[in-house]
Amino acid sequence: MIKTLTRGWLPGYAIFYIAFLYLPVMLLPIFSVNSSPIPVFPLKGFSMKWYESLWGNDIMLNAARNTLVVGTASAVVATILGICAARAITRYRFTGKRPMSGVIMAPLVLPEIIIAISLLLVLLQFGLGLSLMTVIVGHVLICLPYSITVLVSGFEGFDPSFEEASADLGETTFGTIRRVTLPMMMPAIVSSLLVSFTISLDEFMVAFFLSGREPTLPIYIWGQLRFAAKLPAVLALGTIMLIGSLILLTVAEMFRRRAARKTLTEAGGLFA
Amino acid sequence: MPDQNAPTGKAMIEISGVTKKFGAFTALDRVTATINEGEFFSLLGPSGCGKTTLLRLIAGFDQPTEGGIAIDGQAMEGTPANRRPTNMVFQSYAIFPHMNVLENVAYGLKRLRLDKAEEKRRVEEALAQVELGHLGKRRANELSGGQRQRVALARALVMRPKVLLLDEPLSALDKKLREQMQVELRHLQKQVGITFILVTHDQYEALAMSDRIAVMFDGQIAQVATPKDIYQRPVTRRVADFLGGMNFVSAEVAAQNETSLTLKTRGFGQVTAERPEGFVVNGGAATLGIRPERLRVLWDDDRSENEIAGRVVDRHYFGEITHLIVEIPDLEMPLSVIETNDFGADDIPVGSQIRLAFDPDALVALRD
Repeated sequence: MIKTLTRGWLPGYAIFYIAFLYLPVMLLPIFSVNSSPIPVFPLKGFSMKWYESLWGNDIMLNAARNTLVVGTASAVVATILGICAARAITRYRFTGKRPMSGVIMAPLVLPEIIIAISLLLVLLQFGLGLSLMTVIVGHVLICLPYSITVLVSGFEGFDPSFEEASADLGETTFGTIRRVTLPMMMPAIVSSLLVSFTISLDEFMVAFFLSGREPTLPIYIWGQLRFAAKLPAVLALGTIMLIGSLILLTVAEMFRRRAARKTLTEAGGLFA
Repeated sequence: MPDQNAPTGKAMIEISGVTKKFGAFTALDRVTATINEGEFFSLLGPSGCGKTTLLRLIAGFDQPTEGGIAIDGQAMEGTPANRRPTNMVFQSYAIFPHMNVLENVAYGLKRLRLDKAEEKRRVEEALAQVELGHLGKRRANELSGGQRQRVALARALVMRPKVLLLDEPLSALDKKLREQMQVELRHLQKQVGITFILVTHDQYEALAMSDRIAVMFDGQIAQVATPKDIYQRPVTRRVADFLGGMNFVSAEVAAQNETSLTLKTRGFGQVTAERPEGFVVNGGAATLGIRPERLRVLWDDDRSENEIAGRVVDRHYFGEITHLIVEIPDLEMPLSVIETNDFGADDIPVGSQIRLAFDPDALVALRD
């Protein structure tokens, strides 16, 4: 009885769930190529004019540039810090290791608005002006748990005897890092860079509180939503960001799997 | 033909009073040993006895807490692993997965900045030594366990070390391949004439391959001797037990001098045995040991000067041999006897009376 019930219900539930999750997102690209400025069905006709309108929009392009700067810087800093943390977590035993890892992972579960407001208060206390720098600081904080998760999964399969073998064959510590550690860790490092970049790319809350007069793309989009006429252009921009994020995450996951294969382990990743 | 690469008797590695502590745990306790040039030397012991720790101290991956190690007359204190004349074959082989076989073998040579042709020649020579010349372009994850091990060997040998260190190199291989590699490794060592130090927990491996064996327990060396001596003349009960089956017979010291002990036993009569190094007569009690294969079943009317009679209480068949458990009226522990099956030892009924012959020389006095 139960078997037939589940046979009937479970696929239906799964389909409903997936539809609920992804159909609204699918509307974004559909309306972005609709020639009518009002996002309602039926569609009027195909048009790329909203995309074209983006090119001449200097404010938007400036926001896009800010986003790229913040994303790149956050990804690089979070990954460098992540490499150090992941190596310490996987290689060494030290007092306070568990609480330390817990604290590093905390931004995953803390509400972003809390993080954003606290950071804002601290920065103002120190008399630091808001700029892209302050957004980067905030984004590093948010990216770090993701970066560490990806890197730890890469470093865990890394047998210390690889580095010992290199030293044994006459290589210096620096040479060992260059010739053995980094090449073997490269897929995990690239994966961490891409994941961090993607997170920074569409992060809103921290950027909203800390960006001052230099908006990033999500802030720009939010600002545009006040004007109904701007909506189709926002949809076009959103579609571009959506596709960009998807590509980045796919590449990141490919690198992570390659890393797992290279070190001959199968460690669970963020999206496994 | 004289063996060109036989051990010269010249000291290659001198380990003097080496102690290694990890926190409160003492992994090595005042270990002193000398390993000779061109020697195949094994460190044998159960896991946790300190054998791998000692190997890592020689390689330079760890530093001794006390004491010192000299290689070829040079004190190694403060010399890091990358400047020591040693190379290691790791238990995991540690073949670099992002490089192919040729790149792995050439890894250490790159730092020497040889000219291209010379580097190529040395890599090919090393690969030929381990019979892997045809696999140069393969990657680590495309190699079998045995092939990985050969790459690890070639990668170390190509550096022409004074000492090659092998950390349980055969433990990951299946039995057939392991036995084949034992022969090949021994052969290779003779051919290159380098000092090999092998860490193993497998007594048969150590016996089959080594010139000399150091048996280790609890961070100390219990005995250093040739395979034959360590098997036939163990000095302690623990060494005897670790190296294979041993019947222990309690005895009383009847007479003694500096080199020998005369011991009175029940069952085996009065026996004169070599006095083991460091033997202390304590209350007159001693232990004798005799290997199960040194007891021989006497058939029908066979007679021997040295006989012992008993009753078979159990029998185990192992193909080429049979293992008999024989209860002797005077002994507290039954004797274990290994007999080849060519005369029908596998048909001796359990419960039957048999007589055993022994050679008094096969009885060794053991320290506790």
